[in-house]
Amino acid sequence: MADLAVDLAGLSLRNPLILASGIWGESGDSLSGAWDAGAGAVITKSIGSVARPGYPNPTVEPLDPGGMLNAMGLPNPGIDEYPAEIARAREHGVLLIGSVFGGTPEEFGELAGRMAATGVAALELNLSCPHAEGYGTEIGSDPEDVAAVVRAVVRQVRIPVFAKITPNAADLPALARAAEKAGAHGISAINTVRAMAIDPELERPVLAHGLGGLSGPAIKAIGVAAVWQIAEAVRIPVVGVGGIRSATDVIEYLLAGATAVEIGTAVATDGIGIFGRIAADLARALDDRGVRRVGEIVGRARRGFAVPSAEAPTPGRGAISRSP
Amino acid sequence: MHRIVAIDRRVPETPSTVTWRFRDPTPAAPGQFVMVWVPGDDELPMSLSYTDGETKGVTVKAMGATSRRIQEIPPGTRIGIRGPYGNRFALTPRRLLIVGGGSGTAVLAPGAEALRRDGAEVVGALGATTAAEMLFAERLRSAGARIELATDDGSLGHAGYVTEVADRLLGEPGRFDAVWTCGPEVMMRKVALAARARGVPAFGSVERQMKCALGMCDACALGPYHVCVDGPVFPAETLLGLSEFGRSKRDPSGRLVPV
Ligand SMILES: Cc1cc2nc3c(=O)[nH]c(=O)nc-3n(C[C@H](O)[C@H](O)[C@H](O)COP(=O)(O)OP(=O)(O)OC[C@H]3O[C@@H](n4cnc5c(N)ncnc54)[C@H](O)[C@@H]3O)c2cc1C
Ligand SMILES: Cc1cc2nc3c(=O)[nH]c(=O)nc-3n(C[C@H](O)[C@H](O)[C@H](O)COP(=O)(O)O)c2cc1C
Ligand code: FES
Repeated sequence: MADLAVDLAGLSLRNPLILASGIWGESGDSLSGAWDAGAGAVITKSIGSVARPGYPNPTVEPLDPGGMLNAMGLPNPGIDEYPAEIARAREHGVLLIGSVFGGTPEEFGELAGRMAATGVAALELNLSCPHAEGYGTEIGSDPEDVAAVVRAVVRQVRIPVFAKITPNAADLPALARAAEKAGAHGISAINTVRAMAIDPELERPVLAHGLGGLSGPAIKAIGVAAVWQIAEAVRIPVVGVGGIRSATDVIEYLLAGATAVEIGTAVATDGIGIFGRIAADLARALDDRGVRRVGEIVGRARRGFAVPSAEAPTPGRGAISRSP
Repeated sequence: MHRIVAIDRRVPETPSTVTWRFRDPTPAAPGQFVMVWVPGDDELPMSLSYTDGETKGVTVKAMGATSRRIQEIPPGTRIGIRGPYGNRFALTPRRLLIVGGGSGTAVLAPGAEALRRDGAEVVGALGATTAAEMLFAERLRSAGARIELATDDGSLGHAGYVTEVADRLLGEPGRFDAVWTCGPEVMMRKVALAARARGVPAFGSVERQMKCALGMCDACALGPYHVCVDGPVFPAETLLGLSEFGRSKRDPSGRLVPV
């Protein structure tokens, strides 16, 4: 049986399947449930300085086919209350990654320190929520801003720090390089893709917030491309996120260069049992390929790959000489 | 994907409750709920108070500001529906006791009617603050259920808690093979304990904050369960084993607050 264990920036994961932030992340019991279902690590809901109820409903709209639209508005109980949930999950033995979001580098630094103090094994910085004014993408789209946040955080903590990058920016490799240079230990990509739905009959946006973020199978190809580009640009590990529902999807991300992956929306469509199922399928799929350790296939699609020129003349092009 | 339906009929049931009937052929079962979107306003989870055929219904109680506001929308208004979501009451009892508190009876009515059509015996203990607030007593009587009433102010039926009526009914040995309950959690807790004491299996429908209704966002977390997919109907024994039942729930930010 192939060994699914991975080393992710110094974290020892029993498998590369991580629960994505914002899914089953509000209560310590749910975090524990995801762990029991077989996740290799579990990321908390993104936590801010104060309690936020989030946007009013509708906050979620399932789309056909294969897409999930949401604008939750970063609901969270705040860093004063949330440690109680973490304590509960830690008692249960869960390998936890704490996600935080802030509006300034100082706020990120302060939150990171307090999150690290709860005993989480690593941090993920939400620099990428596409629908919260003053947070996420708004400060995660500029390499300078990303660097400032990462610097403020790594100064405060001694655990691995992952920067979660937005797909809603022009130059993803530049964001990843900025995070790496500022001291991040890994890059998570991607968060949801800015998106919206309008009810054609009522002629109005469906989500209360109007704009939202798309997740699920509809964004998998975007996530794979992001991982591909970022893995090329940095030396720190990349965690692939977006649209994963099967072991085949995981393999695609690993081949693109991801060391581990996160799974979110599939918990809604397939249930929390998705972690156990994918882990079993992945082990079998690796066996079939004769792969003994999951790490062996990381980035393997890059080997020997070169972009062909679209401009050089190719045989058969040019003058058509079919005349008799 | 939500679908748009028009409210065909708006039926005031009591001073604080209104039923909306709308055409929606999507099959549904007693106990299930839908997410009801009032465009320009909120989207709220609502149990289906009518689950049969093509004309479904929800019964909205004026609780807070939102439900008070949306109650006023006129017939003809188009609303968004997604679902039905959640589990259902198993339609297996042959001698059922339903214990409804306030608008909770709306959740119990369609299943009780279905069992009556099937020839099962149904007895209902229904409670309300006052006579005018009694919900669906006539509806259940015309379905052939035997109904006993209780009001807090004594204006109709037993003066006192509906749980006192339920206790008395449960005291008849072997009378019931199941109890269904929906209402305030303190009430459901008492019903669950009374049913346990008599060895009758009981099921309660519970409410928690809901956002996605898809088992993803964790807003409805209740112990290890998610009310939107694992519920809203739970065995009473499960509920009694949860420290949050009847005591705390999560507010929209995820903080635990008293129920
Ligand atoms: C599965 C389920 C079925 C329900 N069925 C019915 C029904 O058939 N008829 C009915 O009148 N009501 C039903 N409710 C309750 C309804 O969804 C609202 O909670 C209620 O109308 C109060 O809303 P409000 O905004 O007016 O009150 P508020 O003043 O905002 O709040 C009153 C209470 O409702 C809670 N609440 C507010 N929004 C939500 C939400 N999105 N999800 C869950 N709780 C919320 C608050 O936490 C508070 O405790 C159901 C709830 C659930 C979870
Ligand atoms: C309902 C919901 C809530 C989310 N909340 C957060 C969050 O709080 N912080 C965060 O970094 N990402 C959040 N995300 C993004 C996911 O973590 C993930 O990046 C994205 O959904 C893509 O993965 P998926 O297709 O597997 O869901 C959320 C996604 C969804 C669907
Ligand atoms: S409402 Fe989102 S998990 Fe139940």
